[in-house]
Amino acid sequence: MQRSLKVYLVLMAIAAPVLIASAAVQPPPPSDDEVNAIAHQLYCPVCENVPLDVCPTQACAQWRATIRDKLAQGWSEAQIKDYFVEQYGERVLATPPARGLNWLVYVLPPAAFLAGAFVLYRAFRSGGQNSEPLVPTAPDADGDPYVARLEEELRRRS
Amino acid sequence: MTDKSALEAVVPPRPVQWGVILVWVLVLGLLAVVGLGLIRTQQGNIGVGARAPDFQLTTFSGSTVDMADLGGKVVVVNFWASWCIPCEQEAVELETAHQQFKDQGVVFLGVNYVDTESEALAYLDRFGITYDNGPDLGTRISQAFRIRGVPETYIVGRDGRLAHVKIGPYESLSEIQTAVNASMEE
Repeated sequence: MQRSLKVYLVLMAIAAPVLIASAAVQPPPPSDDEVNAIAHQLYCPVCENVPLDVCPTQACAQWRATIRDKLAQGWSEAQIKDYFVEQYGERVLATPPARGLNWLVYVLPPAAFLAGAFVLYRAFRSGGQNSEPLVPTAPDADGDPYVARLEEELRRRS
Repeated sequence: MTDKSALEAVVPPRPVQWGVILVWVLVLGLLAVVGLGLIRTQQGNIGVGARAPDFQLTTFSGSTVDMADLGGKVVVVNFWASWCIPCEQEAVELETAHQQFKDQGVVFLGVNYVDTESEALAYLDRFGITYDNGPDLGTRISQAFRIRGVPETYIVGRDGRLAHVKIGPYESLSEIQTAVNASMEE
């Protein structure tokens, strides 16, 4: 009995450091937040306009499981996104890469905004120059023969 | 001095308004992009009689099937996914039809749409599907066929044109047989 206890203690003494070391090396499993941080940047083509992190379908659940597996294997965020693009195309990305026709997405809105601001500026500027005075001015005697005649008559009588 | 030159002397020519031209170019460009996008989304599936898109399918086993190499054969292209419940309805019937027609110059191809490989392989195993199947990498094949969902099946005739299109699952084996036989006779 004592002998078997000694053997057990010796085995434990040998195995304990190995077990502790392996427990220390084993990374923790990816959390839901880590999975969702990447899933939020992806869209499933089946569920239009629903980010992957909140998509309730079975297909999206499978995709999230894939993200979790890849994270557990030590893949980086960029590697996982590249994998999804390779598998399902660029349309899964919430933010399309700035190349090809995608450039229009980045260029057109600010260009249209600047152009609109320019048009407004021009409109206000020309409007200020051409605007009519709000308070009516006295009639110009030089331009109106009747007014000129009236003033002449008043001068004679005064 | 003519009237025209007199007028030009009084009224100076208007300068070219590059800003306005730029705004119009931008607006028209934006409308063109939106319009092209709308046209693409409204196009719908490719129809019977249209030339079938050329594509290459890399199967789950690693081999490559090229449509260009299947000229002169009737090709049944079935789009499916493991998460698609209606796909299960026709899975066994498609395999049965494959077994019946494989020696008659009819090729069955399964294109796995927006799926994960492990789930797809489990699905193929569950329904005992043996014909070539592979993922739709980059959704390029489904975009070429302009599919709207799964399941959808396209039968390409010997002349390379679509002979039959089925949106949704086949209801029975006889429906598949009828479609394939009709495509073989065309």
